[in-house]
Amino acid sequence: MSEKNKNAGDEASLPPIEMRGVSVTAMRDASFTVVEEMDWSVGTGEFWVVAGQEHSGKSDLLMLTAGLMSPAKGSYKLFGNDTKYFGEAELAERLRVGFVFQGGQLFNQLTITENAALPLQYQKNITAAEAAREAQALLNLMELTPLADVTPSNIAANWRQRVALVRALILKPEILLLDNPLAGLGARHLQWWLRFLDELSRGHEWFGGRPMTIVVTTDDLRPWQNPRRKFALLRDKKFIPLGGWNDVESARDPVVKELLAAQLETAN
Amino acid sequence: MTVCYVAAVRGNMAKAFELANTQVFRRAALPKSYTDLVGRKLFLFLLTMHGLGAFALITLGVIVTKNDVARNVIQPRIRQEIYRAGVALLPMFFFVALALGFLVVGQTVSALAKYGATDFLGYAMVIVVVRELGPLLAAFLVLARVGTAHVIELGTARALGEVEALEALGIDPVHYLIVPRVIGMALGIFSLTVYLIIGALVSGSLFAFLQDVPLTPGDYFKQLAESLSWLDFALLALKSIAFGFFIAIVTCYYGLAQPLRLDDVSRVAVRAVTQGVIVCVMIDALFILLYLVT
Repeated sequence: MSEKNKNAGDEASLPPIEMRGVSVTAMRDASFTVVEEMDWSVGTGEFWVVAGQEHSGKSDLLMLTAGLMSPAKGSYKLFGNDTKYFGEAELAERLRVGFVFQGGQLFNQLTITENAALPLQYQKNITAAEAAREAQALLNLMELTPLADVTPSNIAANWRQRVALVRALILKPEILLLDNPLAGLGARHLQWWLRFLDELSRGHEWFGGRPMTIVVTTDDLRPWQNPRRKFALLRDKKFIPLGGWNDVESARDPVVKELLAAQLETAN
Repeated sequence: MTVCYVAAVRGNMAKAFELANTQVFRRAALPKSYTDLVGRKLFLFLLTMHGLGAFALITLGVIVTKNDVARNVIQPRIRQEIYRAGVALLPMFFFVALALGFLVVGQTVSALAKYGATDFLGYAMVIVVVRELGPLLAAFLVLARVGTAHVIELGTARALGEVEALEALGIDPVHYLIVPRVIGMALGIFSLTVYLIIGALVSGSLFAFLQDVPLTPGDYFKQLAESLSWLDFALLALKSIAFGFFIAIVTCYYGLAQPLRLDDVSRVAVRAVTQGVIVCVMIDALFILLYLVT
């Protein structure tokens, strides 16, 4: 077996996300620890839902998972590479992870097409017209073509979130991280998101049918009910793996009950 | 009456500075709040200089090391910034050049002619307009028009999380947001300074000759040409580019490098403009020293 094939085989057997004793600090205040001593392993093609109340450190954990900051303590390996040593040379590894921010965080000076095409144009050093042509198919897929030439401030939040998804997927990442993607969405858009993320997780044809590893954070567990998904809870600076949906429903943790509150009220 | 009043004042002053009082005055320490204030200001100044210096070095490093990265994205952005800090300001600079010519050059020419000192005209114009007023005025105008916009745009982008979004997409925020602004402003201020100087000298001469000054336009421009040395051209280019570079660094530093909330943006914009003016004056002082040494 050649060295290259051996390395590829090693990487395939490794979980793409592996954390051991990791402490996470706040993105904007490194002196404040939001999660302590967490162990977490995410296998290829898994769909994780990390739940927590507001200010429980969900966004910071996701930023760390994307390799945008290093753990304060412990070891975090992304595709087998220790993120403590991530720099410019490891940019290719980072680009294997797509990130959708809560609210989209689009660039307000650029049009929807320019927003979607920017990562492609920058990373491949192609012209704006070439990048826009390549982004067109994905914009079509997300039903965004009619909005292609307007700026983000002129479209509704529901659609801004979809543009953020296009921007995260344009480089065809292997892992997709989404920070509270369903927050504030209308019912029609919410259904669209759940269906589309499920297709991505099973293997969407746009990505060659390869199952995508997905991690979402949420402060409302109800929409994520699905036996294929794995769940975890952030509470009191602890990362608590919950298991599957059945485990979530049977959990006695008051925070989990609160995150499921509406469903329990309905059940009662 | 007046003498009496003065004597009374002197008497009171003498009483006020009697030996015993003076000793008390000398012994007394400065109030703690003042020393605290001076200390705080000094440390704040040093920290700001440290931050600005580091930011300038990082930007220079990115300009050099990422020269070939994503040219299809960065070059159009540089052109856009040159337009914003240069071409778009031309009408305003045309007006300012006319005003400067009228206020400074025209009046100086006629005043020197009145005292028969027209032989010094070229030299006076080179010192006033070419070395000092032209570059400084161009820098201040661009700082006011474009520098403030930099702080507000970058501060808002930072506060709304656009900078983190760039990082998540593998795009270096300094390369994408700062480098085009720094290069655009440096080239913009350099070009506008040249136009402002030429405009002021030409319009000033027109105003002067309209007042029947006994100096032909040919002699005026000949004097100017003789008073200018190669050093003036070299230092003018260096100075205006330095103004542009450091104004962009100060405004971008306050917009991007400072952790911001949306409600901080206006406060930071004011501070950035104030410090931009201070930095320009410091650079100008440095160039005056250079002129004196050479």
